[in-house]
Amino acid sequence: MTEVLLERRYRPIPEDILLRAFEVLDPAKRGFLSKEELIKYMTEEGEPFSQEEMEEMLSAAIDPESNTIHYKDYIAMMVIDEN
Amino acid sequence: MGSGSSTQHHFAFQNAEKAFKAAALIQRWYRRYMARLEMRRHCTWSIFQSIEYAGQQDQVKLHNFFSYLVDHFTPSSHNERDFLNRMFTEERSPQDSEMEKSSDYESIEVPDSYTGPRLSFPLLPDHATALVEAFRLKQRLHARYVLNLLHEARRHLVQLPNISRLSTCYSEEITVCGDLHGQLDDLIFIFYKNGLPSPERAYVFNGDFVDRGKDSIEILMILFAFMLVYPKEFHLNRGNHEDHMVNLRYGFTKEVMQKYKIHGKKILKILQDVFCLLPLATLVDEKVLILHGGVSDTTDLELLAKLDRHKSHYHDSESERGTTFSPFGKKSIFQVRARLPPQIVSTLRCKTRKENKKPAEEKGKNNQMSSAGRPSPWFLPQSRSLPSSPLHPSAHKAARAGRSSSVPCSVAPDPKELSRQVRRSVDLELERCRQQAGFPAIEEKEEPVPSASEAEEQLEPTQEEWRQVVDILWSDPMAQEGCKANTVRGGGCYFGPNVTERLLQKYSLQFLIRSHECKPEGYEFCHNRKVLTIFSASNYYEVGSNRGAYVKLGPALTPHIVQFQANKATHKLTMRQRQDFSMNDFQEKKNQNYSVGGRFEAQMISRVEASALRALREKLFAHSSDLLIEFKKHDKDKTGLVTLSDWAAAVESVLHLGLPWRMLRPQLVNSQTDNMLEYKSWLENLAKEKLSHENIQSSLLETLYRNRSNLETIFRIIDSDHSGFISLDEFRQTWKLFSSHMNIDITDDCICDLARSIDFNKDGHIDINEFLEAFRLVEQSCSEGDASDCPRTTNTNSSACSSPGAH
Repeated sequence: MTEVLLERRYRPIPEDILLRAFEVLDPAKRGFLSKEELIKYMTEEGEPFSQEEMEEMLSAAIDPESNTIHYKDYIAMMVIDEN
Repeated sequence: MGSGSSTQHHFAFQNAEKAFKAAALIQRWYRRYMARLEMRRHCTWSIFQSIEYAGQQDQVKLHNFFSYLVDHFTPSSHNERDFLNRMFTEERSPQDSEMEKSSDYESIEVPDSYTGPRLSFPLLPDHATALVEAFRLKQRLHARYVLNLLHEARRHLVQLPNISRLSTCYSEEITVCGDLHGQLDDLIFIFYKNGLPSPERAYVFNGDFVDRGKDSIEILMILFAFMLVYPKEFHLNRGNHEDHMVNLRYGFTKEVMQKYKIHGKKILKILQDVFCLLPLATLVDEKVLILHGGVSDTTDLELLAKLDRHKSHYHDSESERGTTFSPFGKKSIFQVRARLPPQIVSTLRCKTRKENKKPAEEKGKNNQMSSAGRPSPWFLPQSRSLPSSPLHPSAHKAARAGRSSSVPCSVAPDPKELSRQVRRSVDLELERCRQQAGFPAIEEKEEPVPSASEAEEQLEPTQEEWRQVVDILWSDPMAQEGCKANTVRGGGCYFGPNVTERLLQKYSLQFLIRSHECKPEGYEFCHNRKVLTIFSASNYYEVGSNRGAYVKLGPALTPHIVQFQANKATHKLTMRQRQDFSMNDFQEKKNQNYSVGGRFEAQMISRVEASALRALREKLFAHSSDLLIEFKKHDKDKTGLVTLSDWAAAVESVLHLGLPWRMLRPQLVNSQTDNMLEYKSWLENLAKEKLSHENIQSSLLETLYRNRSNLETIFRIIDSDHSGFISLDEFRQTWKLFSSHMNIDITDDCICDLARSIDFNKDGHIDINEFLEAFRLVEQSCSEGDASDCPRTTNTNSSACSSPGAH
């Protein structure tokens, strides 16, 4: 596990870069992604998530009332929990 | 994709590429986060487990200490004899036996003002149900009913076989539960979720009902009540904690005395019997074997079925019951020795079992001092010293049988040489102990070793029988093939998949269900799904640390597992509200991996982690002096600094916990300049967290801390009448012997100071509970609130318990 963490792929990603990544996926700059959009990107692009991973991420990220993911808040929340 | 001019095409392509990269980045970040979460969970678990096992090793060391006294200490004076008798003898006057025989509970009056549950015998199912409800409402059962119930339980248990048999023909579904450890909430939930016991709903509770949790006695009452009400369908197996010696250390004795005060003693006494009389295993459909710990390569079910688990030890004229056999017997060794021929004395046993790992690799370090082998004293599985010296050729069999004596020792290539060496060093050490304790020197004769006489064998459980019982109560499965001594626990063995397979084949079994080990999910399969560990105490180490689980068997004997995790809301449920039972009150997950990405999980892990780290810091503090010595070794130039890898090495060599120190370092240390650590100030900061007693110096406090559970156990042993007090003198004598045996360096003055400072009201007696309370308060003040509330030093240089952004 230590090795895996030390691999370059898992180097810490700075918050602002993470934010910009989300913004790329949200060109209209609404400040959020819809559930469908997030699912599409995470399961079809990059190194696709498994079904389980997708569900896990959604459970924490999604705002159940609007079915959207306000990514700025999400990032902030995860960062706190990490520390 | 866009159509049209090539520029648009190019643009669109670039966008797609950016999206791809962005998604990849987010996924990378998320996966790293999850990996880190999993690692923290794993680390936290390791911390708790290693500390728990280290505590069990302490218990073993304590036993070794008493072994010394028992085997090598011949009282030479009236004082000495009195002192040791106080510790080891159980006073048994004729009146006591009279009392025990008859209805000593009938004389206890229940006042009219008592509002708790009342029992009448024979018990009816409604009574048992009412008992559950009463305890859920936090009522307490009056001592009279407790004793009555225990008497009835004993009468019932006496006629049970060692191995209970259940069949799915009669009870269609059988539910097996693991360790409960005094956690009443979990038991209530299980009955809730799964239904109360009934002729159609059989239950097997697989040991360790008591200790650690705060409602052990209530759990026992419920379990015994249902056992009496549904004797065919409700079965109990004995666990290693159903043992009064273990109870002294792990809290059950204390709980009973606190809850029942004057009657507590009676209750504890009858419980000793009751525990001994618990069946050892349960067999379902002759196919599934359920027992608490595990098996060994010599486990013999026929022998286990035949042995007399409540064999009388000696038939006193005073008491027809004699003493019952228990892995931790209670008969005074002095009484034992008085009856044995003078030649039988302490002998030395060596483990002959192969140890695959070198001692250094094992998580729990062997107690490698002169305790290379000794017979078990009265409170260890064997109630007498047995002649099984390796010097005696015919004792080879017995020597092999001594494998699982509670003494961890390294394998001796040459038993003769080892025993000679050990004997020599043991004598030397004994001499030192005696001198330190203020006893005059005594010439210890070398006594020859004869073989056991027949008469003795009839009176007591044999070595082999004892070992078989210890094996099934204390063993743990391991991944590697083979079978080796369980040095971590100090009893039983580690058994590999081939041992399991052989046993299953030998007795035509399908699989094994056992408990004994806490698992994060409440259960775990191993050995190719032939061994199932089931553990029913959720949040065992800490709130959020683990789930509990129980397993159901139907006629097909396919295990169906149900998991759960208690939270505060449990007690609000009533038995009648089963229908309205809300998912919010209990997290119930069925055989699935729970969702890890949720925020709740992350917070849970953080909280449990903080608790584990607190426990770890406490342990570090308790070993401050040793750590300092170790650090200095790495700092030959006396710079006051060590590298962080040196730090990790030093810490491991002192604590022997086998933890990933490098990973834990950020939580334990604020590194100074360039990855170097100022170790002295780091240690000082650890101390400042703990220091609260002005009277007791830091080093003393540290020693006390490290040994506090040993101290508590010693106290309770000395305080044989459970009065809650021991005299200063007794404490001093015991502490002297103990500290010299454990190589704790304390001067005579220090011991006197220590004793006097513990005697808070200066009346020459130490109130055990007050003394322990002092520790509890220190712990509490540190653990109240978040880690950030820990008393911090005002020293701006370093702060041992903080890391940036600690929550």
